[in-house]
Amino acid sequence: MDFLQTVVSHYNQWIAVFLMVSGLYIVVARGNMVKKLVGLNLFQTSVYLLYISPGKILGGTPPILAAEFAVYSNPLPHVLILTAIVVGVATLSLGLGLVVRINEAFGTIEEEELFARDPEA
Amino acid sequence: MILDNLPALQVVIPLVGATICALIDRRRVAWPIALAISLVGIVISVALLAQVLAGGPISYAMGGWAPPYGIEYRVDVVNAYILVLVSVIGAVIMPYAPRSVAAELAENKQAWFYTMYLLNLTGLLGMAITGDAFNAFVFLEISSLSSYVMIALGRDRRALLAAYQYLILGTIGATFYVIGVGLLYAMTGTLNFVDMAERIVDVESSRSVLAALAFLTVGISLKLALFPLHVWLPNAYAYAPSVATVFLASTATKVAVYLFLRFFFSIFGARFVYADLPLTEILLVLSVAAMFIASIIAIFQDDVKRMLAYSSVAQIGYMTLGIGIANLNGLTGTIVHLFNHAVTKGALFMAVGAVVMRVGRHDLEGLAGIGRRMPVTMAGFVIAGLSLIGVPGTVGFVSKWYLAAGAFESGAWLLSFLIMASSFLAVVYVGRVVEIAWFREPTQAVASVEEAPLSLIIPTWVLVAASVVFGLDAAFTAGVAERAAEALLAGIL
Repeated sequence: MDFLQTVVSHYNQWIAVFLMVSGLYIVVARGNMVKKLVGLNLFQTSVYLLYISPGKILGGTPPILAAEFAVYSNPLPHVLILTAIVVGVATLSLGLGLVVRINEAFGTIEEEELFARDPEA
Repeated sequence: MILDNLPALQVVIPLVGATICALIDRRRVAWPIALAISLVGIVISVALLAQVLAGGPISYAMGGWAPPYGIEYRVDVVNAYILVLVSVIGAVIMPYAPRSVAAELAENKQAWFYTMYLLNLTGLLGMAITGDAFNAFVFLEISSLSSYVMIALGRDRRALLAAYQYLILGTIGATFYVIGVGLLYAMTGTLNFVDMAERIVDVESSRSVLAALAFLTVGISLKLALFPLHVWLPNAYAYAPSVATVFLASTATKVAVYLFLRFFFSIFGARFVYADLPLTEILLVLSVAAMFIASIIAIFQDDVKRMLAYSSVAQIGYMTLGIGIANLNGLTGTIVHLFNHAVTKGALFMAVGAVVMRVGRHDLEGLAGIGRRMPVTMAGFVIAGLSLIGVPGTVGFVSKWYLAAGAFESGAWLLSFLIMASSFLAVVYVGRVVEIAWFREPTQAVASVEEAPLSLIIPTWVLVAASVVFGLDAAFTAGVAERAAEALLAGIL
């Protein structure tokens, strides 16, 4: 019973870990370069949850000082993750840009086809 | 006033420069800006090192917000040394850049190359100088994203694949790093390195901290290309434009090694990392594997740039070996090798870059007899090659001396022997290039080339000279490295 409670009460972490692992799996298992990037983005997104969910305190309010509230949620993870989102967007767009160029240069974005056509690559 | 703000200027100046280069987008303007900024960078970093050597660590509150709440830039002997390393390499490359870049890149892309170079410089300097774990991640990504672009600018279409592959693996590495930092933040409630080091003692038995250490170790190892996480490196170095290869090979992995040292020794502390976990064994095994396997792969390469890239993986093995040995001599060996390998490998890649500019290819066959046509460049290659092997009188010998001494002290005499043995593999691959370049008849394509222009030869020889001068008199480099190692082992931040 104890064990079950631990599992259920950490459901936010389970979701983060599930997303993390599935994202990483897509990166490894898929040969399509766009799909790989989608997986990579999923992987990065899971980290946002990992940061933000522990910052929320049950019954806590946004950290604006007021007489009637005493419990505040931690705002710092939000700020950090805003930065991380920007980084994620930059990575994804640069990655997609590279895929477009690869498609122009090689005529395919499937890894298998690519290696079959150009063994040295 | 300016003296007080040096830590901020070190990072802000190249960042602003990158923006200006991007906005103006003219090759003729971008290069002088990049050159000026790289020279200013040296001045600032040397001034910081001098201040730190004289008066101890500098703490700078970014934007006036006092640490631990604001972002702190903290300069001690360890990262002042890294700052000097990055700025010096960055500046030596700049006189070399215009001719080489003009030969390899289309005209409308050249200004962007300098923009990316400056951004990369910003990221690397920022990673080294910051005292904040999340800020380090942001700078890590700035340097990574700009290096993906620099690699993709290579002439060969395979450069695109190399950049893509590096983007995937680099992002996984950086994300592992953020996960580790996130777990540490959850446990300690702080992102400031000093603060974190103090608070981690109370929670170090928790599983989250162990998981954080694991994520950070793997994440940073991906960025520093620890064997077997090095797969992105050979193609990236081989197909990037020559200038980008020189810069990345000499600095990017070194800064990642610095971050590794910072987390292992200053934040978690050597006692926690080594006493409770089998990290010594893991690091030693992987390092030895890198030294041997990567060197053997290097021997069988048909492309000089790829060969040198695999050699870099092997050399990174020496650096992590010193981290695994973790005594004063071993760690001094690691830190001094950061500098020594940077100048040696920088010189080698510069010599190859000069050949690429003249001959237009970098496979070994294309180099036949090049020593007779470009004697000055290739003589530099030979001397730097000797340093890579670790011949006495060169910097390579100094690093290996400290590492072997450290291994011997820790009782692992076998490791000292392996350090010597792996040097012989370097003899083989360097010897192969020397044989082809000097003792073969020049092919028709090679017979008509001229010696490289002075703007390429002088920077190359500056690094070649550095790899001999600091090999003959290592008092300065090894002295600073030893002080850095002492500070790390004592866990002082």
